[in-house]
Amino acid sequence: MAPPAQTQKSQSPSQPSGKGEVSDLKLQLRQLAGSRAPGTDDSKRELFKKVISYMTVGIDVSSLFSEMVMCSATHDIVLKKMCYLYVGNYAKGNPDLALLTINFLQKDCRDEDPMIRGLALRSLCSLRVANLVEYLVGPLGLGLKDNNSYVRTVAAVGVLKLYHISASTCIDADFPSMLKSLMLNDPDAQVVANCLSALQEIWSLEASNSEEASREREALLSKPIVYYLLNRIKEFSEWAQCLVLDLVSKYVPSDSNEIFDMMNLLEDRLQHANGAVVLATIKLFLHMTLSMTDVHQQVYERIKAPLLTLVSSGSPEQSYAVLSHLHLLVIRAPMLFSSDYKHFYCQYNEPSYVKKLKLDMLTAVANESNTYEIVTELCEYVANVDVPIARESVRAVGKIALQQYDVNAIVDRLLQFLEMEKDYVTAETLVLVKDLLRKYPQWSQDCIAVVGNISSKNIQEPKAKAALIWMLGEYSHDMLDAPYILETLIDNWDDEHSAEVRLHLLTAVLKCFFRRPPETQKTLGAALAAGLADSHQDVHDRALFYYRLLQNNVSVAERVVNPPKQAVSVFADTQSSEIKDRIFDEFNSLSVVYQKPSYMFTDKEHRGPFEFSEEPGSLSVGAVSADNGIPAQRVEASDNDLLLGTSEKEDSRGLNNNGSAYSAPSYDASAVSLATQATSELTISNSSLPTYAPQPTLAIDDLLGLGPTIEPAAVPAPPSLNLNGRAVLDPSSFQRKWGQLPVSLSQEYSMSPRGVAALTSPQVLLRHMQAHSIHCIASGGQAPNFKFFFFAQKAEESATFFLVECLINTSSSKAQMKVKADDQSLSEAFSALFQSALSKFGTS
Amino acid sequence: MFELRMILIVKETIPNSDLNRGDVPKGSAEIFFRKVKFWKEDEEEEAPPVFNLDGVNYFHVKVAGLLFVATTRVNLSPSLVLELLQRIARVIKDYLGVLNEDSLRKNFVLVYELLDEVIDFGYVQTTSTEVLKSYVFNEPIVVDAARLPPLGPAAMFMQGTKRMPGTAVTKSVVANEPAGRKREEIFVDIIEKISVTFSSSGYILTSEIDGTIQMKSYLTGNPEIRLALNEDLSIGRGGRSIYDYSSSGGAGAVILDDCNFHESVHLDSFDMDRTLTLVPPDGEFPVMNYRMTQEFKPPFRINALIEEAGAFKAEVILKVRAEFSSNITANTIVIQMPLPKYTTRVSFELEPGAVGNTTDFKEANKRLEWGLKKIVGGSEHTLRAKLTFSQEAHANIMKEAGPVSMTFTIPMYNASRLQVRYLQIAKKSKTYNPYRWVRYVTQANSYVARL
Repeated sequence: MAPPAQTQKSQSPSQPSGKGEVSDLKLQLRQLAGSRAPGTDDSKRELFKKVISYMTVGIDVSSLFSEMVMCSATHDIVLKKMCYLYVGNYAKGNPDLALLTINFLQKDCRDEDPMIRGLALRSLCSLRVANLVEYLVGPLGLGLKDNNSYVRTVAAVGVLKLYHISASTCIDADFPSMLKSLMLNDPDAQVVANCLSALQEIWSLEASNSEEASREREALLSKPIVYYLLNRIKEFSEWAQCLVLDLVSKYVPSDSNEIFDMMNLLEDRLQHANGAVVLATIKLFLHMTLSMTDVHQQVYERIKAPLLTLVSSGSPEQSYAVLSHLHLLVIRAPMLFSSDYKHFYCQYNEPSYVKKLKLDMLTAVANESNTYEIVTELCEYVANVDVPIARESVRAVGKIALQQYDVNAIVDRLLQFLEMEKDYVTAETLVLVKDLLRKYPQWSQDCIAVVGNISSKNIQEPKAKAALIWMLGEYSHDMLDAPYILETLIDNWDDEHSAEVRLHLLTAVLKCFFRRPPETQKTLGAALAAGLADSHQDVHDRALFYYRLLQNNVSVAERVVNPPKQAVSVFADTQSSEIKDRIFDEFNSLSVVYQKPSYMFTDKEHRGPFEFSEEPGSLSVGAVSADNGIPAQRVEASDNDLLLGTSEKEDSRGLNNNGSAYSAPSYDASAVSLATQATSELTISNSSLPTYAPQPTLAIDDLLGLGPTIEPAAVPAPPSLNLNGRAVLDPSSFQRKWGQLPVSLSQEYSMSPRGVAALTSPQVLLRHMQAHSIHCIASGGQAPNFKFFFFAQKAEESATFFLVECLINTSSSKAQMKVKADDQSLSEAFSALFQSALSKFGTS
Repeated sequence: MFELRMILIVKETIPNSDLNRGDVPKGSAEIFFRKVKFWKEDEEEEAPPVFNLDGVNYFHVKVAGLLFVATTRVNLSPSLVLELLQRIARVIKDYLGVLNEDSLRKNFVLVYELLDEVIDFGYVQTTSTEVLKSYVFNEPIVVDAARLPPLGPAAMFMQGTKRMPGTAVTKSVVANEPAGRKREEIFVDIIEKISVTFSSSGYILTSEIDGTIQMKSYLTGNPEIRLALNEDLSIGRGGRSIYDYSSSGGAGAVILDDCNFHESVHLDSFDMDRTLTLVPPDGEFPVMNYRMTQEFKPPFRINALIEEAGAFKAEVILKVRAEFSSNITANTIVIQMPLPKYTTRVSFELEPGAVGNTTDFKEANKRLEWGLKKIVGGSEHTLRAKLTFSQEAHANIMKEAGPVSMTFTIPMYNASRLQVRYLQIAKKSKTYNPYRWVRYVTQANSYVARL
């Protein structure tokens, strides 16, 4: 423990400020230290209490160290505890003094009273002084074998503390394996939980420099351990249950029976009063059933009621945490919640952070059947006295209008907002009306009639002003006095502080000029002159640009500034679906509350032992830059040196693994690093080619909404299918696709004996398939069970991918495969190709 | 990895404890406090319970005016940490009897000791008052509860009715009674919070009951307890929409939308005879939380009217009718109504003979407040208020005022009709007959009438 902050300024009168009190205490402690008189313990208690309370408010009482230690020779447990507390707080800063305490702490570790043994051991481990670790090993070893469970729980955490002080001492003393056997055998559930936490932390920190540790880390996710923990789930405290459930959510069950067994076992956890347990269980259910579409839907149905109960039964803070998760689910499956919309109505006494979330949910669930009710409710909030929520509600109505086809009634409501004559409502509404007009130009007549009545003087917020000006420019032919309003605005150019508004003003005036030249010419001149003199670079540049454009050719200028507009069909989502999926992967974590994946707000070392998101995090840099037109592969290639090291390690791990620790696309690190390897090999093999054209990534196609148009939907499956030998798919896209696509084909295939014989490790098959343009993204397992995830890309059609999950059992010579395809009509052809490639395995 | 750091912040003075793993910078308490106090992000005035600042995640919950804060750099489950903070507050309350700034300050050392046992090196060990009792040795310095304003949901029993032993809720689970021996008793409270929204025409738009069966046991030797609920209780509404009022079950049946249970509860016979079996741990805990959207009769009808009465004037008429039986009395009723922004003066006119009424116009937020000490079942109360405006009233004055919201507490009344049929305590001997208190109370959560 670090000493508390010592810069304490605000002190209540009861607290001492000077050193006088401390030296006074010192004196009194000294007098009591040697005393054996009756009642000494009571006076000591009072003194100790004083010392501790000084300590907790941040007054430095470390100068009392030796006196405190002297006084600690007592059998009074209250005194002992306070003394331990004190020692733990100051030992780190005073290593020499800490040495003084070792002796009595070690002695206490052998006390008859288990409480004292435990407390002493905890204090001993909390000293955090590196040169004292030699004194820890003995007591810790005894503590782990103590017959009292309290001592063992303390010892298990103690091992972790030791590891953080001196990792080598901890490993050399073989403590991790002792923890492991304790974890698997101890009758006390809290001991088991502490061992598990300690092992998770130790092994994931060790994994980077020891193969054995990374194997052990994997082994925590093995079937026997997972089943052992699940079978004892009810013995654990609610907090330890969360720990276990979190661990299990990373386990990959081998088949659906296993999934159903686990879900049946954990079903009643959904009725737990502790929201953390319920959310951990939900995460497990959702992730396990990700590839089973029907069951996944059932899970949604099942978890709805418990989540809603948690929202309304807890404190606002707890509701907030649960609502954030509900929000994520609502976004993923709005249909499922569309009849529950009333649950998301705001209550007047809720904190605004809860109301805001609820408004987001109302917009998400709005559909044809409930829009009327939802918008009616939102209109109530708009009229409400709570200004931030009123604003938020206007935005919500606008969002609903933008996502609905039947916007008739909503537009009327929005226009009514303008008549309410509340500045903030008008401002928000104007911005929305602008967006609406961009999507539904047919509404311009109605909107313009109302907007025309609004005096620009009443609008102060830059965004709203910009929106109004945009409309003035865009609809200048319909708004009679548009040129004159613009003229007034130009006259007040110098008073306009927002550059955004001034930019809009320039454009609007120019647009107006093209439609009504005689009325606007003078204003345009004034606007351009003001713009050219503007101190803001962008405003100046735009004015100059317009000026030169007009000088050059007026009709070109018109085409540039005022081209015929197409209605915007979809406004770009601010978050890519990849990011949304990543957040879903990190269900039941802060990522959901912040609505960002963890790599955006945590540093690498804090992401936790089983969050393999680190690797995808670094990979996604590649993916993101691909959106900008930079080939992802090159970014990865530059990372090769860094990543190859881990992938080699993962390979050997894959070989030595026991059969049950498979790699799966969603959770496993090896998936990612193998994929990296696959792509890196690819890059190397391609490097001899003089022109290397990167494949456009799917993200771009999706973004532009080109996917469906490129793809000839009704084309009959061609007899032969050509695959792209240089197909590229990054692991996260693979994950996303795997989660989204249905299984189009599921087949079993008998392997030839030669093929079976050749399959000594996953790598052999991996290289073989690559020669047939089928690339491996993840593999794992050991004889007789192997599991692979492959992908292939149709030649010439970069948007058509095939994904394959292939399970091979060498003892039965059977290969089971599941194919998912972007174009399902091609999956037969692809399957044939895949099988023929597989049948050639071992023959060449 | 699970790293947690606790800071307790007592109102405006700073930290009192940190179980630090040393990875969070010093002074995070000050950083947190400054951030929360001056929160102004995203137009919101209130900091959300979780936020990230320079890579450190801050969690906080407000309990009884105190902030309980935890920090971590790890991407933890937010509901885990927030639940934990709530639980820590509850454990401290169990020990101190009363949770407030004063009691916390007097018991710093005890609280420190408790936290030390609850969390070790960032890992939660236990939050059970029962288990902690064997590890924690400092005795609480009990503050005088009588002088303190009531806190927490169970504190509502302290008001009004004399039938209820008010001292119970503020009694520490560990402190010895002055008389020596502890009194053997157990409290079962059925606390329901109801939310109703009336439309301007008096039609019920939404209604919901959030209930808790809360238990606080002072029984020695942890006997087993059986708690029997209504036999016709049913849970879940199948595939039907929960707002499908017309088809809400048979007459008299209590239909809960959903419920959850404390982990000590055994549900072996729950499906058969709606009986919960449990060995209650020490301290206060919710046996069961439930949620109900089945139609129920709201205890109060509110009629609100605002009318223009001349150029710079308007009149508000508020009418409240208690629609429950006359042997039940609601207390601490407050009715609030936001008035048009340009209201400058309000004069009130109560019914002749009205007692225990307070009326106020809160100038700062232009809000009308009408307080009633109690309302007897079946009665009706009216308030007239004359408003004076600084400018001419807007065309649609209805849009400038309201909605009317109401808070109240009704002891011995529960809207859901969920009942505890009996409370059975496993007998240790023939003479063992502890006090049993089963108490019902209904509170307004969000009780709103629109104009």
